[in-house]
Amino acid sequence: MFGFGILSGVVFLPLVGAGFILALRGNDEATLENARRAALSTTLIVFFLSLYAYAKFDPSSSAFQLVEEKSWFGQGLVYKMGIDGISIPFLLLTTFLMPICILASWKSIQNRVKEYLVAFLVLETLMNGVFCALDLVLFYLFFEGGLIPMFLIIGIWGGRRRVYASFKFFLYTLAGSLLMLLAIMAMYGVAGTTDIVTLLQTHFPSSMQKWLWLAFFASLAVKMPMWPVHTWLPDAHVEAPTAGSVILAGILLKMGGYGFIRFSLPMFPEASAYFAPLVFALSIIAIIYTSLVALVQEDMKKLIAYSSVAHMGFVTMGLFTLTAQGVQGAVFQMISHGLVSGALFLCVGVVYDRLHTRDIAAYGGLAARMPLYAAVFMIFTLANIGLPGTSGFIGEFLTLVGAFRINSWVAFLATTGIILSASYALYLYRRIIFDILDKPSLASIRDLSWREAVQFAPLVALTILYGFYPAPVLESSAASINALIKGYEAALVVTKTAALALH
Amino acid sequence: MSHLSLALAHCLPEFVLATGILLLVLLGAFRGRVSDGLVTEIAAALLGVAIVIILLGTKSTAVVFGGAFIDDGFGRFMKVLTLAGSLVTLIMSQDFLAREKIDKFEFPILILLSTLGMLMLISAAGLIALYLGLELMSLALYVIAAFHRDNIRASEAGLKYFVLGALSSGMLLYGASLLYGFAGTVSFVGIAETINGTASLGAVFGLVFLMAGLSFKMSAVPFHMWTPDVYEGAPTPVTAFFASAVKMAAVAITVRVVLTAFPGIAPQWRQIVIFVSLLSMVLGAFAAIGQTNIKRLMAYSAIGHIGFALVGLAAGGEIGVSSVLAYMAIYLVMTLGTFAAILSMRVNGESVENISDLSGLAKTDGLTAFFLAMMMFSLAGIPPLAGFFAKWYVFNAAIQAGLYWLAVVGVLSSAVAAFYYLRIVKVMYFDEAAPAFDKAAPAPRAVLVGTGVLVLFLFAYPGAFIEATNAAAQSLF
Repeated sequence: MFGFGILSGVVFLPLVGAGFILALRGNDEATLENARRAALSTTLIVFFLSLYAYAKFDPSSSAFQLVEEKSWFGQGLVYKMGIDGISIPFLLLTTFLMPICILASWKSIQNRVKEYLVAFLVLETLMNGVFCALDLVLFYLFFEGGLIPMFLIIGIWGGRRRVYASFKFFLYTLAGSLLMLLAIMAMYGVAGTTDIVTLLQTHFPSSMQKWLWLAFFASLAVKMPMWPVHTWLPDAHVEAPTAGSVILAGILLKMGGYGFIRFSLPMFPEASAYFAPLVFALSIIAIIYTSLVALVQEDMKKLIAYSSVAHMGFVTMGLFTLTAQGVQGAVFQMISHGLVSGALFLCVGVVYDRLHTRDIAAYGGLAARMPLYAAVFMIFTLANIGLPGTSGFIGEFLTLVGAFRINSWVAFLATTGIILSASYALYLYRRIIFDILDKPSLASIRDLSWREAVQFAPLVALTILYGFYPAPVLESSAASINALIKGYEAALVVTKTAALALH
Repeated sequence: MSHLSLALAHCLPEFVLATGILLLVLLGAFRGRVSDGLVTEIAAALLGVAIVIILLGTKSTAVVFGGAFIDDGFGRFMKVLTLAGSLVTLIMSQDFLAREKIDKFEFPILILLSTLGMLMLISAAGLIALYLGLELMSLALYVIAAFHRDNIRASEAGLKYFVLGALSSGMLLYGASLLYGFAGTVSFVGIAETINGTASLGAVFGLVFLMAGLSFKMSAVPFHMWTPDVYEGAPTPVTAFFASAVKMAAVAITVRVVLTAFPGIAPQWRQIVIFVSLLSMVLGAFAAIGQTNIKRLMAYSAIGHIGFALVGLAAGGEIGVSSVLAYMAIYLVMTLGTFAAILSMRVNGESVENISDLSGLAKTDGLTAFFLAMMMFSLAGIPPLAGFFAKWYVFNAAIQAGLYWLAVVGVLSSAVAAFYYLRIVKVMYFDEAAPAFDKAAPAPRAVLVGTGVLVLFLFAYPGAFIEATNAAAQSLF
């Protein structure tokens, strides 16, 4: 495509759509409808293009594929794109969720519609870029650039405390990321390039690895988010518009996990082994503590936000077991969580659009008037708990298997989180869907419209499909993850022999 | 070619400006009009001609006028920035001055005089040339700071700047005299040869005083006190001039002095630069938080940015200098864009400068709001905007030079600074609309859009820019 490859197309096509929407004149309903259609078709085209990339992708190889390289800033900074088994699931998740987000905003956003759509399309460019970039500076550019549209989305179209939430989101993430930026510079100093493929082959001195690891951790842990730097997430989730929450939970949180797999584990193996207990401790605290916090929430979105933090705890735990099961489970858990929590936020959005409140107490007995909604909500509630037969089960199970191989106490404590997640999720479901419908405001509430049903259908299908047949995700990432684990073990063996040789 | 014509060939831009200024004074006086657009137009044309001469002229390095004046790649790069700053300021200030009824023909002439001083300053190869250039620049600046003479704040700004400026000139002169006393020469190269690695007490004293004087012109902490008051009090076009062209010249000469006169005692000047840079970054970040006046806020922002640029200088070496050059070039674009937006802040014919006046600008003037927001994100250093690459280069230089703590404090203070840049975006985008601004004049609007496009799309085609900074930096070594 104009001298660029498929991945550049996936990354930059949304900008074309954004440009088209900006070129539309007028603010009448017909123009806005056109703008929405343009955004929807852009995201669909990008989705199909990413499927095409997936079709050309060879899952049996652990190498980077569809690589494009062009000179950029010079002095080791290159424009380089490529995907491997670790990034392609995330790329597909992003392009898959975007059309759903546009659909979810169709009626609920009535104010500055064009700007909203442009912000989302720019955000898609930046998110796709994060998962395709094979140059650290390019990665950072996309990673950090995403803050601008998200800041505006929360701040302009958000709820009552949107200003506070948007600032907190921006500044938390920025402060962490800047330390990562310094680490990137230090790595550049050692390797003379920011090409990720070269950096993956570079051995960094052990003492330096620890500092680099900590600097990356500062950024990725905030993004993830891990306890105790998770506090921006409930605020941002609650105040963001529905589609914004979906993107936050579905994609932006995954950038943290992706960063750990792409950088921390393979580039700083010794430091990862050294700091693994710290990560386990933080993960366990996140799983148990935020689950307990979720139990007492009165706001639906906040409850789901805390449950996200707990689920991300499984991801970090799985990653730092550094076993094939743990890492695969973590990747799967992230994909599944992207689908499930995104869907849960959409579920909240459905009733929020009707009643304009997120208070759990304002609802009750919806099953009577909204049977279809009750069914959809139930599927995702169960998937959130990790019921076998849903995608949520596979990820949690694999991470727990990985953890059990490393440390049975970690696995034991993490398992209590599953019980807690069942309690808060079912409790939420009971309060909203069951009981008698006696609130007058609910008397005339309507069930899902066909547009809402369309946006849920693919999510339901995938959640159940992956519950029974997880192979598409696991197989495409297997080769790359096995290579990652092998590289990690080899690096540790080298250090150990070196240490023995000294004695 | 005779000596004189060779010398003149190397200072042709300065020569053109100087001749032009003299003719313009005559022209303005004989035409006898209080406000004269023609003089401004010719002045702008002269600045443009000077830029063209530099861009098309010789690419060699030469020292002329008995070792007082150096024409090299570094100087040419900074001169183009300075001239561009002056030119853009002049073009976009016309409308503002006319509305405030201070569009006298002296204004463009004073801008030109000051710019001439800056060019001399950038090319100074000795202490006397440095002082001449500095004073020529400053004397004109004192006058234009108080150009709105019926406005009490402007007069105060001018007076304050003059008194403190005189003090700093005194310190600089004292340092220069010490250096001359100990080195026996005024030329930078001569001083470097005499010092030759041994930091004698007198030379270090001279260095400290010299740096104090230069820090004042750069508005670096602890010599920044004048900056907020002068930025706020001076007419907005003058503030834009202070923030753009003047900064370029001051940073250029600081870089030149420490690298050509004191390469042998790098540890001595480096600790001064680190100290100044650290304080500037931190103060710039924290002191700006509470500001309500946007010009005052930009003053603290400028202090912080000078701190960031000095991080590159502290790193030293070719990579450090090239990072300073990249930083200043990008900062020039951002600051001109921001002031273009501030110049168009005007309600019912009255200019306003409170941040709250920007409320809801996104609804009333989407274009200005968008580009000003991009300037703010860029000043905060958020990728993929140009400001990010500026920070990337200086902090990368610092990391490669092993200045880890300076870099850590720097990035953390830039996270703090992001707060007040975001606040402006918040006011424009999240708040309810305040009274709409009058229709912006075409010139500031064109500048805003032009600089905005540069800031937005530098990442797409950075090659030529980076090559230029590297080439310019090489000429110093």
